[in-house]
Amino acid sequence: MSELATGARVVRALGARSIRQTFRRPQLISPIVVFPTLLLAIQTGGAGAGIELPGFPPVQSFLQFMLAGSMMQSMMLAGNSGGIAFAVDIEMGFTDRLFASPIPRFAIVLGRLAGTAALGLFASLWFLAIGLIFGAHIEGGVPGALLAIALITTSAIAVGGIGAAIALRTGSASVVQGLFPLVLVVLFLSSAFFPQELMIEPAKTIAEYNPFSFIVEGVREPIISGIDATQTLEAVAAIAGIILLGLVLSARALRHRLRTG
Amino acid sequence: MEAATATKNLAPNAPAPAWRTNMATIAALIARAKNELLRVPGAAIPGVLAPTIFFLGLNGVFGSLIHLPGFDSGSYESFIVPVSMLQGAGFTGAAAGVNLARDYEQGWVDRLLVSPAPRWVLLGGNVLAAAVRAFIPATFVLAIGFVIGVQWPGIDGLLVCYLMVAAMAAVAACWGSMLALHYKSQSAAPLMQAGMMGLILLTPAYAPLELLQPWLEKVARINPVTQVVEAARQGFVGGVTWGDTWPGLLAVAGLLAVLGALALREMRRTNV
Repeated sequence: MSELATGARVVRALGARSIRQTFRRPQLISPIVVFPTLLLAIQTGGAGAGIELPGFPPVQSFLQFMLAGSMMQSMMLAGNSGGIAFAVDIEMGFTDRLFASPIPRFAIVLGRLAGTAALGLFASLWFLAIGLIFGAHIEGGVPGALLAIALITTSAIAVGGIGAAIALRTGSASVVQGLFPLVLVVLFLSSAFFPQELMIEPAKTIAEYNPFSFIVEGVREPIISGIDATQTLEAVAAIAGIILLGLVLSARALRHRLRTG
Repeated sequence: MEAATATKNLAPNAPAPAWRTNMATIAALIARAKNELLRVPGAAIPGVLAPTIFFLGLNGVFGSLIHLPGFDSGSYESFIVPVSMLQGAGFTGAAAGVNLARDYEQGWVDRLLVSPAPRWVLLGGNVLAAAVRAFIPATFVLAIGFVIGVQWPGIDGLLVCYLMVAAMAAVAACWGSMLALHYKSQSAAPLMQAGMMGLILLTPAYAPLELLQPWLEKVARINPVTQVVEAARQGFVGGVTWGDTWPGLLAVAGLLAVLGALALREMRRTNV
């Protein structure tokens, strides 16, 4: 069997393992499903009147506007949960056994990222389903929904890459878990929950340059108005940049771990 | 007089009264929680950081809601700061539940259960420790709030707010302890946190009742924590009145009675 085929089988097996691991542990699945769903309900109910503010983009409802932000939140927490689970594997010696086995090293990281991507896919489907059940329209239709799903799934790989890099570098689940508040900071300092023009300084200016604002706008546009080529390209560029950063950091962290043990 | 003197003379050899022993046990459990803070200062950081991030984040994101007709408060940071302080109390109380589950997993609870201390004393120590610890995130959030322009609530407003924070932490600790003793695992942590987060945010947390979506308005009107939020908030958005305070006191008393009884039932069911 070729090395590539072996690598693909390992990626598939490790990806499936990481998905099962997430669904078996409440600590891992809860941040991906429970918290973002709870916050979506609370923010939609609590700040829904905000759509009447002058300058708010035309939307069918605040729920429709919020779907992209909730998908982003869930996807980013999936990346963080993936990093925590990877660090637990390192702490428990499972990763050492993988390093000692005759499989390509890159497949170990890619397997984890495949699992995180699957969770990103799950997050996007979950929130689209919630939106449709509670009456939100997807203005871009099926192509718009597919675009939103694709952007969230690839974003999960991007964020998961950074989580994996930190897990490999530190080998500590508590350090990766400590990044949880950082995820919230990044989200609050983006246009995930409210239009950037209506945010208060300094959050407004930071959100303007935050790459996650570009991603969330790329996901939101097909939901609230239809596919927009410029915003889609900006989102793809932001995702590509974060994937590149995650891969570089993961490769360096992997080399460091193999060198130092 | 002679009898009193005789009792006093006998006191050193007589066993200490039960209430004094119970108070000493509660004080020891609170001291243990304090030692944990001093020895592992990093353990308190997430409980402080999360409400602070929510406070600053919500203020930055939803601050322009004050321009909506019907939003009476002139400053969103003053409107939202008591919610974040209560949220900190909720996280602290839930953390008390997580710590109890950890103590159970490590065998520490077994040792407490074989001691002659009554079950309510063991629970009381954990709950009161959480109430005291809740002052840390609340004070931190409030200090940040004053820096960014939260208006001074007055001494009475501040006292009522801190009373609500301590009581809410005790409510959350009862909830967390009940789940910890039921599931006997730290895996129940998300349930402890999500339950408190839902209870505190399904209130007029983000906007006044009249501006909430109809479904949330209905939920908020029957959620007892709405009264707690309104009582804690009153000094920050206006004056303190007895009419806005007593419903909050009644709500925390009711929540403590119900959740405390459920936690105690779990404690009594727990065998060594």
